[in-house]
Amino acid sequence: MRYVMIGNSAAAVGAVEAIRQSDPHNPITIIADEPHHTYSRPLISYLLGQVVDESRMQYRPDDFYERHNVETMLGVEVSNVNTQDKMVSLSGGGTISYDKLLIATGGKPFVPPLPGADLEGVFTFTTWQDAREIDRYIKDHRVESALVVGGGLIGLKTTEALIERDLSITLVELADRILSATFDRTASKLSERILQRAKVDVRTGTTVEEIIGRGARVDHAVLRDGERINCDLVVFAIGVRPNTGLISEDAGIEVNRGICVDEHMQTTAPDVYAAGDCVEAYDMLIDACRPIAIWPNAYRQGSIAGSNMAGVLKTYDGSFPMNSIEVCGVPTISVGITDPPRDEDGYEIIDKYDRDAQIYKKLVLHHNHLVGAIFVGDIDRAGIYTGLIHDRVDVRPFKEHLLSGNFGLISLPIGYRKHLVVGEGIEV
Amino acid sequence: MKRIHVNEEYCIGCRLCEIHCLVQHSQSRKIIKAFKEEAPRAMARLVVEEEGPLSFAMQCRHCEEAACLEACMTGAMHRDEETGAVLCDEEKCVGCWMCIMVCPYGAIQRSLIGRSAASKCDLCYGNETPVCVANCPNEALIFVDETPSDNGAQ
Repeated sequence: MRYVMIGNSAAAVGAVEAIRQSDPHNPITIIADEPHHTYSRPLISYLLGQVVDESRMQYRPDDFYERHNVETMLGVEVSNVNTQDKMVSLSGGGTISYDKLLIATGGKPFVPPLPGADLEGVFTFTTWQDAREIDRYIKDHRVESALVVGGGLIGLKTTEALIERDLSITLVELADRILSATFDRTASKLSERILQRAKVDVRTGTTVEEIIGRGARVDHAVLRDGERINCDLVVFAIGVRPNTGLISEDAGIEVNRGICVDEHMQTTAPDVYAAGDCVEAYDMLIDACRPIAIWPNAYRQGSIAGSNMAGVLKTYDGSFPMNSIEVCGVPTISVGITDPPRDEDGYEIIDKYDRDAQIYKKLVLHHNHLVGAIFVGDIDRAGIYTGLIHDRVDVRPFKEHLLSGNFGLISLPIGYRKHLVVGEGIEV
Repeated sequence: MKRIHVNEEYCIGCRLCEIHCLVQHSQSRKIIKAFKEEAPRAMARLVVEEEGPLSFAMQCRHCEEAACLEACMTGAMHRDEETGAVLCDEEKCVGCWMCIMVCPYGAIQRSLIGRSAASKCDLCYGNETPVCVANCPNEALIFVDETPSDNGAQ
């Protein structure tokens, strides 16, 4: 019995840790195209911002593979998965057979096909290598100005890193506000003002049409309205798509927007599982499958996949989007449905906006159940709300306390509180 | 593993647990120094909730399936193999607050003392009994052995 995993990040680590809880012996092989020990991808913005150094990038201790009895093939690319003969082909030649396979290939950054995107000084920002290359480019070419394309979470983290590098930054976002996928208008505008105070030139409702070089290197960009933005560096942070390139059509693995998986994280091919940013798994709030590329999901899905691969039946009960990022030192959290459609019935908003303190809190209810939340400036105990969303708790008994100053577990009905504190079915 | 049980019926809201927790996590571990001389003041790793006559202390449940462990992107949050406690390596933590986003107990706080890092109960690492339990005058907090399957957040 051999477990093979393609990928070496949160989902693969989650799977390894789950498998080793019940199966200490059967061999596990991790194959990954990046050469590094498992590392924290989200830390690349901290690395580029020189907030952490390379020694702090590792996601698990040095002896992780040894202690979990894992054989690694790092810096090795998989070109194909053959589900008939249960083997994977390597780009450099050779094959590896599996009994149980996990596909955890993550996401792939998207670069629009526009003139000048192949110039020197144009980057995407998703890997450790990207961070190193941008860092080197900043140093080698004395970069003073940067253009970040995309005002989503990666764009924001990129911007924050470049602020730390003292660059003069323009942030361009196609939508009429930044963070439009995770925030509502109020939180977006609040974040834009925070960035503007840090001297970021925020441009919304526009996009880059062309990047113009001087010689082989970036010199400026042209926006849709013809305006020229001088920039020594361009980072595309438009989005990440499930990385499913190694799955051929005849593999019998159904791929929609991401790899389709069932509640055991199994694909449509026997003994092939998938987890993390490459899949579309169940979103319990919209009652449908879709890719939600976030770290906690990747680990959880990997862990569920690993248990099932080892024969311990576990079910993925679904998730929903959630993100926690600091915008120039201001903590923000968004969970679930934060900006519900105005024309749909059943939604109710409870919010609180303290303009002086720059604190914004918003809860979205749907038929008296919490389905979304935004916190800007004050994120204390946000997880209690996430828990109420996850557990589909009817909030009617404590609705008026939801955003009160001392809201806490004490505000919850005694039955639910005791279920939380002492576990189901146990009396104190 | 041994876990802290909360008996809200016995809690008198005296907040001795909070004070002793703060002192335990101060530099000097001496009450007067911790409150008068150490600046910024150390943080208690638990939260006392109070509403009218009802009160209780809430600290990390050290869940068997811990949401914070799964969400931690740096690997700072880890399980101590000996005690089973969920601990945060504050040197490794960068303060992304994913753990705060997912902890259904609201048991993790932002520590802004020095570098920002997640601040949570460590079961008074190395002590036989956590100080909140040892100093609770009414057994509202007790430290009991528990089979792992009895507890755990989803």
